[in-house]
Amino acid sequence: MKSLAELIAIRDKMQSKVNIRENLGSMRIVVGMATCGIAAGARPVLNAFVEGIAKEGLTDKATVVQTGCIGICQYEPVVEVYEGEEKTTYIKMTAEKVAKVIDQHIKNGKIVTEFTIGAQK
Amino acid sequence: MKELSLNILDIAENSVKAGAANVSLTIRESDTRLTFTVTDDGCGMTADFLARVTDPFCTTRKTRRVGLGLPFLKLMAEQTGGSMAITSRAQTEHPDDHGTTTTAIFCKDHIDCLPLGDIVSTVLTLIQGNPQMNFTFRHELPGGGVVELSTAELRGVLGDGVSLAAPEIILWMREYLTGAYHENQ
Ligand SMILES: Nc1ncnc2c1ncn2[C@@H]1O[C@H](COP(=O)(O)OP(=O)(O)O)[C@@H](O)[C@H]1O
Ligand SMILES: [Mg+2]
Repeated sequence: MKSLAELIAIRDKMQSKVNIRENLGSMRIVVGMATCGIAAGARPVLNAFVEGIAKEGLTDKATVVQTGCIGICQYEPVVEVYEGEEKTTYIKMTAEKVAKVIDQHIKNGKIVTEFTIGAQK
Repeated sequence: MKELSLNILDIAENSVKAGAANVSLTIRESDTRLTFTVTDDGCGMTADFLARVTDPFCTTRKTRRVGLGLPFLKLMAEQTGGSMAITSRAQTEHPDDHGTTTTAIFCKDHIDCLPLGDIVSTVLTLIQGNPQMNFTFRHELPGGGVVELSTAELRGVLGDGVSLAAPEIILWMREYLTGAYHENQ
């Protein structure tokens, strides 16, 4: 079982990086978690982002936040990725699709066009 | 909804919306019954409002969503032979002692009873979205084991410098809870 000592070690490692973190421009990953999103499967999508970011060591690069209804309920689960002014809207997301978005977009800056709302239209 | 844990997330989000600083989720399971209780110290509801809140035709929502909210939870619990109950004290009437307790009882043997599902993900979603909230989780398992987690306790260990929403911390909590369930199997 996981120990509190491990948690403290994680904290110390995080705090030693705090200064670097503040200097980096961040990507914001926004997951729609209103009831419509949750019903459509947003919970595993959120968890896949949060835990994928941790496992891939991308916490300096991206933050994950929850929001209410994004207003396009028919496309839920919806995820918006912000880089500065630029926004990419991913629709009908799944945990599997998240893995690809992390690998290509978050890590390497390459938008996964096939999952975007633009590809749907 | 295919899992009770998603309905639990939906009900706990009501506490978040009510502005609660303290929220607790307790699940008590025997071989035949599952009871969950969400308690908060949010704004509460007046008796008048509470009387109408489980009526599917009376809602403050602009659109009616299928499969969610208190009316649906009540229906689902009753379909299994169980029940739902809410007690609440409105802030407007009880400024020093307000909040809401929602309890739902499910009979696990009934064919219409959904599985609990991924409760760990529900807990992590609540903490990730509301890292400043005091959230207490306690799951009493059919075999007598208990799985618990308190964000106030974790904050005490971590200090103020680190958010409970940090991905590294969330990941630790997932492993901690998964391990605790494993040990209680
Ligand atoms: N824990 C709570 N504290 C205060 N008010 C609540 C709580 N739970 C429910 N309510 C009130 O009851 C209403 C109906 O809740 P619900 O059936 O979950 O639908 P919804 O959350 O979509 O409005 C809420 O909008 C809110 O006004
Ligand atoms: Mg609700």
